[in-house]
Amino acid sequence: MTGEAAVLAGFLAAAIRISTPLLLAATGEMLNERAGVINLGIEGAMLAGALASAVGAAAGGPWAGTLGAVAAGLIVAGIFATVAIGARCDQIISGTAITLGSVGLTGAIYRRAFGSGGPGLSLPTFPSVPIPGLSKLPVLGPALFDQPVLTYVAWILVPVAWWFLFRTWWGLALRATGESADAARASGVPVRRVQMLATVTGGAMAGLAGATLVLAQVGTFAEKMTAGRGFIAIAIVVLGRWRPAGVLLAALLFGSASALQFAFQAMGLTVPYQLFLVMPYGLALLALAGGVGRAKAPAGLGKPA
Amino acid sequence: MTGKRLGPILTALAAVGAGFVVLAIGLAASGYDPVVALGALGRGAFGSWYAFGSATLVRAIPLILLGLGVALAFRGGALNIGAEGQFYAGAIAATWVGIHVAAWPSGLAIGAVWSAAAVAGVIWISVPVLLKVRFGVMEVISTLLLNFVAEAAVSYAVTGPLQEAKRVYPQSDPIAATARLPLLPGSRLHGGIVVAVVLAVILWVLFTRTRWGFRLKAAGLSPEAARVSGGIPVLRVVAGALLWSGALAGLGGGVEISGVTYTLFQNLSPGYGFTAIAVALLARLNPLGIILSGTLFGALEAGAQGMQREAGVPAVAVQVAEATIILAVLLAEVLARRAAARSISAPDPA
Repeated sequence: MTGEAAVLAGFLAAAIRISTPLLLAATGEMLNERAGVINLGIEGAMLAGALASAVGAAAGGPWAGTLGAVAAGLIVAGIFATVAIGARCDQIISGTAITLGSVGLTGAIYRRAFGSGGPGLSLPTFPSVPIPGLSKLPVLGPALFDQPVLTYVAWILVPVAWWFLFRTWWGLALRATGESADAARASGVPVRRVQMLATVTGGAMAGLAGATLVLAQVGTFAEKMTAGRGFIAIAIVVLGRWRPAGVLLAALLFGSASALQFAFQAMGLTVPYQLFLVMPYGLALLALAGGVGRAKAPAGLGKPA
Repeated sequence: MTGKRLGPILTALAAVGAGFVVLAIGLAASGYDPVVALGALGRGAFGSWYAFGSATLVRAIPLILLGLGVALAFRGGALNIGAEGQFYAGAIAATWVGIHVAAWPSGLAIGAVWSAAAVAGVIWISVPVLLKVRFGVMEVISTLLLNFVAEAAVSYAVTGPLQEAKRVYPQSDPIAATARLPLLPGSRLHGGIVVAVVLAVILWVLFTRTRWGFRLKAAGLSPEAARVSGGIPVLRVVAGALLWSGALAGLGGGVEISGVTYTLFQNLSPGYGFTAIAVALLARLNPLGIILSGTLFGALEAGAQGMQREAGVPAVAVQVAEATIILAVLLAEVLARRAAARSISAPDPA
């Protein structure tokens, strides 16, 4: 491979690796937003998932970690759902509080589980799994088809989410709930139950996103390591216009923006690293400004059903 | 009348109690001894005059200022979750101005530092305000995202343009002596406490005694009704409230620089911007109540440091209590609404 092709392949691989947790969290958040629930607690669910995956992987390998992460995401989103859907409290403030509490609890548990010398922590992680044949394609092969298994899971969940939302009765019920809870209830949809299920599913996917971050990307846990990725996922849902394919493209855009850092380094360009740090957040703001005007959010988003 | 006054206070106490119970459970579940940890927390906050005056009250100052900022926005129904970012914007501006005012008389220097901080807070929140007014972007997400940008800006400032002349540590040079606030002798309590209390009283008057306060409340309670039957320019009122909210949070950053640290560094704030949400909600957005709830959360933050020192529990764990208090306040409001609805629909027993 020539130099440019190698840089491009490295860039694409990094873009996809970085976009994977965003894609998982955003697909999950899309489900609960389609049901009319906006969950700012997915940042907390993702962080809890990240810690649970580290603890689980240290004890029983990467799959145990993944399972723990999904469970942690479920629990965190379950608390949010109880307060915001069960008791009909303000979704935005409840979600913020859930994230705040998750930062606190993960900080306490982490210090207890791994001591203060965190960086020495080495975990069993997911290796890349090359797909025979396809991974040999030039440039695209190593980028798309030589990834950790959780990346493939994230990509498969996109058409699954589409099929569920647009081809099943439950998907229809979920979308109806998000557009008008009253109308959905009148036609026999168990509105609250649909919202609850959508929200804990979204939380489980955020937990899985946290596992991806730890077990397929960074390889360790650090306090507050999600660094707002859950919030960026919410912006991705807006940019993706609440549609699975749109969310996939938006997540890839964010992954690419972050991966530029590696491409710049490979090309020997020096730019203050903080510029790359802020890129996803700036991009999210631009996306919100450009995307919100024309895209239509579910009519009942954020309103108690 | 007494019942009406007492209700919110009892609710607040119950919420705080719930916060400590959940914190104790969380600590026990994470493998710490909750009795030891909470004991250390209490001593860190109230154990001595020094603990109360120099730790609790010093932390209460930014929490009151930021809490007032959050309450101002929340009153108008706008959720400013970005006080943390506005605090940092204010701190950067305050440091930059504070380094350059060595030749000024002290009053003028402090005034310049605070003005710069407040203006920086306004500039920081003007982006979400613009996005909201022009494109209809929810301020919740835009203010939230800008917190991360502000943290990166501090990181850039203290390793680049504002780094100390020696260029050893990622921090700024200290601000000029003229820009520093007077301290209460024998303590670290600085003049910012006066500003915080005075601003709380001013806001209370504005909220409860002026047309602006009424319009803000109306816009927050029911934007549609305020616009249609009240003839209130809701978007303009709310945008104004957000800008003032940013000014208060930015000022909080300036007061912290001029009263406590004198230098800028990363992690200057232990999450004051988020704790401020709990401060504002616990006080039910009442500025006078915020003086009390800000002091309470100041005690919690101060106690958290004591807990970390004495019991080895990470200070960040107190956020569990803060989160629980927020949720408990929300739940109490929902329960009160339901009780009110029941008492209207049920036949009067008398």
